[in-house]
Amino acid sequence: MNIQIREIIARTVELPGGIADLVDTSDLYEAGMTSFGSVQLMLALEEAFDVEFPERMLNRRLFSSIATIRSALDELRSENVGV
Amino acid sequence: MLAKTETATFLDELFDQGLLIETGVDGLYGRSGLFEAIGDGFQNLVTRYGGADDPEVVRFPPAMSRSIFEKSGYMKSFPQLAGTVHCFCGNPADHVSLLQTIEQGGDWTEGQKASEIVLTPAACYPLYPTAAKRGTLPDEGRLFDLMSYCFRHEPSKDPARQQFFRMREFVRMGTPDQVTEFRAAWLERGQAMIGELGLPFMVDVANDPFFGRTGKMLAVNQRDQRLKFELLIAIESEEKPTACLSFNYHQDHFGKTFGLTTAGDEVAHTACVGFGHERVILALLKHYGTNVKRWPASVRQSLGL
Repeated sequence: MNIQIREIIARTVELPGGIADLVDTSDLYEAGMTSFGSVQLMLALEEAFDVEFPERMLNRRLFSSIATIRSALDELRSENVGV
Repeated sequence: MLAKTETATFLDELFDQGLLIETGVDGLYGRSGLFEAIGDGFQNLVTRYGGADDPEVVRFPPAMSRSIFEKSGYMKSFPQLAGTVHCFCGNPADHVSLLQTIEQGGDWTEGQKASEIVLTPAACYPLYPTAAKRGTLPDEGRLFDLMSYCFRHEPSKDPARQQFFRMREFVRMGTPDQVTEFRAAWLERGQAMIGELGLPFMVDVANDPFFGRTGKMLAVNQRDQRLKFELLIAIESEEKPTACLSFNYHQDHFGKTFGLTTAGDEVAHTACVGFGHERVILALLKHYGTNVKRWPASVRQSLGL
């Protein structure tokens, strides 16, 4: 799943230094992701994983690294189990 | 008579006193001589507080180039507020059909074509490409003094939320240190200035009215980074005071978008302080009443009234 997230970032977010050198915990904002980039990333993640981030999750920190995105997606998926 | 007094709003009072003049459209009003005189007094006060920095005065009409507007990214964030100028570009036959459609009460605007002009959404938008054209910023950066009528499509009965309103702005361009120092200084000055007018206010972190669900995310981002502060004064409501001044740090958004660079060849950062012209006038009228002669002498003196 982290690889899939990485691919989505690579195709939706413009990072000056690219994504290859970033580890899962690297800060994407520090790597040059803009606020609008994070919005595009959010929409792409929702489409790819067929989820909708609730309002409480729409914050800067959640989209700040592959690891934080992964844990948010895990949380959303566990909430949806059995629904 | 009593019933009318009970239900009369602040907007009704402003109409009754002739301070604002109805046009048939919510948020689109004329202004009286007295309303303008209060505003002139306020503008002179702003100049008194900000003039010592020796800003370069620039005035644009309340409209801007559509291509620059598109480049600015405004439509990404505020599509609901934008106003575009459309015009008739047809031939004589189209003209005949246009008149027929109007005569029949049909939608004659369907055939209007977008012109190269968009209404200015904030006084500083036309400035950035103009400043970038001059080349690299000098070591000390630049500081501009702007004022313009601005348009935002948000019809409302709240007199403090007009569709055409004036915004005075000081815009600072330079290094991150230069522009954040500017903003910090104005956060203090703005409070001193409104304090001089004796108006009760509060300062709070704020966000712009970004559109839709994705806008929620942009708003949270903006607040998290403390990029926008507002000085709020109660006008239409005590619970929801109105932003009368705003203090904004755009980081490198406009620098990157329009190719503004510092003397050190870095992308320039920008910040601005905006003064809601009508809002401050309305705050004064709300707080001290519509009879200006009865305002405290110190306030009238500050405003030269």
